[in-house]
Amino acid sequence: MTQQRSYARIHNLNKVYRSRHMDIEALKSIDLDIHEHEFISVLGPSGCGKSTLLKCLAGLEPITSGEIILDGTPVKTPPDNMGIVFQRDILLDWRNILDNVLFITEIRGAKRSDYEGKARALLERFGLKGFERKHPWELSGGMRQRVSICRALLDNPEFLLLDEPFGALDAMTRDDLNLELARLWQETRKTVLFITHSIAEAVFLSTKVIVMSGNPGKIDEILNIELPHPRTLSMRETREFGEYVQHLRGHFTKMGILKEA
Amino acid sequence: MGWIEKNNRFLTSVAVLMISVILWEISCRILEVRPFILPAPSAVLLEMMDAPDYFARHAGYTLVTTLAGFALAVVLGVLMAIGIVHSVFLDRTLYTLLVALNSVPKVALAPLFVIWMGTGPEPKIAIALMIAIFSIVIDTVLGLRSVDKDMIDMARSARATTMQVLFKIRFPCALASMFAGMKVGISFALIGAIVGEFVAGETGLGHVILLSQGMFDTARAFAAIVILGIMGTILFYSVEAVERILLPWHTSQRVGEQ
Repeated sequence: MTQQRSYARIHNLNKVYRSRHMDIEALKSIDLDIHEHEFISVLGPSGCGKSTLLKCLAGLEPITSGEIILDGTPVKTPPDNMGIVFQRDILLDWRNILDNVLFITEIRGAKRSDYEGKARALLERFGLKGFERKHPWELSGGMRQRVSICRALLDNPEFLLLDEPFGALDAMTRDDLNLELARLWQETRKTVLFITHSIAEAVFLSTKVIVMSGNPGKIDEILNIELPHPRTLSMRETREFGEYVQHLRGHFTKMGILKEA
Repeated sequence: MGWIEKNNRFLTSVAVLMISVILWEISCRILEVRPFILPAPSAVLLEMMDAPDYFARHAGYTLVTTLAGFALAVVLGVLMAIGIVHSVFLDRTLYTLLVALNSVPKVALAPLFVIWMGTGPEPKIAIALMIAIFSIVIDTVLGLRSVDKDMIDMARSARATTMQVLFKIRFPCALASMFAGMKVGISFALIGAIVGEFVAGETGLGHVILLSQGMFDTARAFAAIVILGIMGTILFYSVEAVERILLPWHTSQRVGEQ
């Protein structure tokens, strides 16, 4: 990959959760450069602070020290050009699918008519045409997460943050959505930060994988994934793919999270 | 699905009620219970038919005071809950005070309201309000607080204002819990109205019961009680009907009809 403009820079970031009895170092001395058009996966065990990192970057969680610069300005409040997909779809049950997709732009005070057509087009692209007037409880888990991706994409953000978005889905739906996400990135080249604890998912989707470990949360390795694009599911059976997976798995074996008999 | 299967629950309730009434009638006749101890259902029905205007007037009065007390309790209760959720000060003062007051047997305060407000409808409405408001405040506070944190973060990611979070996220989320409080509250409002009528005044079903007691007219007292029972049931199911309309997502999950 050619070197791109630095889009987000995290410098010496520390995040401490203070409670009455003890302080918990959620993130310690995090340094990370995110270039434009990169697809970065943050891979790590539960509780390693990867979700906290995303929340800090999104301006949803105040940082203890250090700095986060996004597009030249320090992040203090949630930026406008960012779309977020959370672990669960968190759709609003009292709104139909179309109104759910329009929620973020509605909060931002945009005119509905400016976005309604776009919202319908996005839903169609994600295979949800005809569901605009349905309510979230009438949809399957995979469909619901697609709706929440549409919601994050509606305002055409340059930067897309995904916090383990497919963790709660079954394996088939997960593969399907991985392909969808790979295709989306291929077409739009948005800068993506993707949080996951699936090694295969990280290798499959990313241009770069960040390995984190917990207590305190820190970065262990930054690994470039040099597999060709577009990615296909059959790539997962290639030797190169296997080598990346094996290498990354080594980290978790060393951490004692994966034990082989 | 046939009509009988669909309304199975309703039909069962009607059947149980009818069997109880029939058993009551039969036992009154066989055991020759004296009417002023326990009148037979037929006697109660005759009593109602005898003076429908009289019962309608008093029932109407009780219904209006109950609804007025309940409506005020909903408005004030929800406003208080919003204040409590958004202000640490109100949480520490008002909420603590409300919880403490809730453990006082509120019926004991009823005579005071007559001193303060006289013998018109005002003290009845006030007592209905006072008894109904607790469950509404407490359940609304609970509902507004137990909102998914990710949902708030999702709104915050678009820099939603406190008001937007309140009306577009917290409020709809809290509706289910609010309705639980209102269903308790509507029954309490009716109790409050009757207590108010017991204490003072010349109108309302509570007054009818009190008057009948003085004259040993048990059939009339029972007629009033039966009307109260019907009124209470209808009020409760009316709140539930509104809930069904406003919260299709909630009720559909609870009933699981699909």
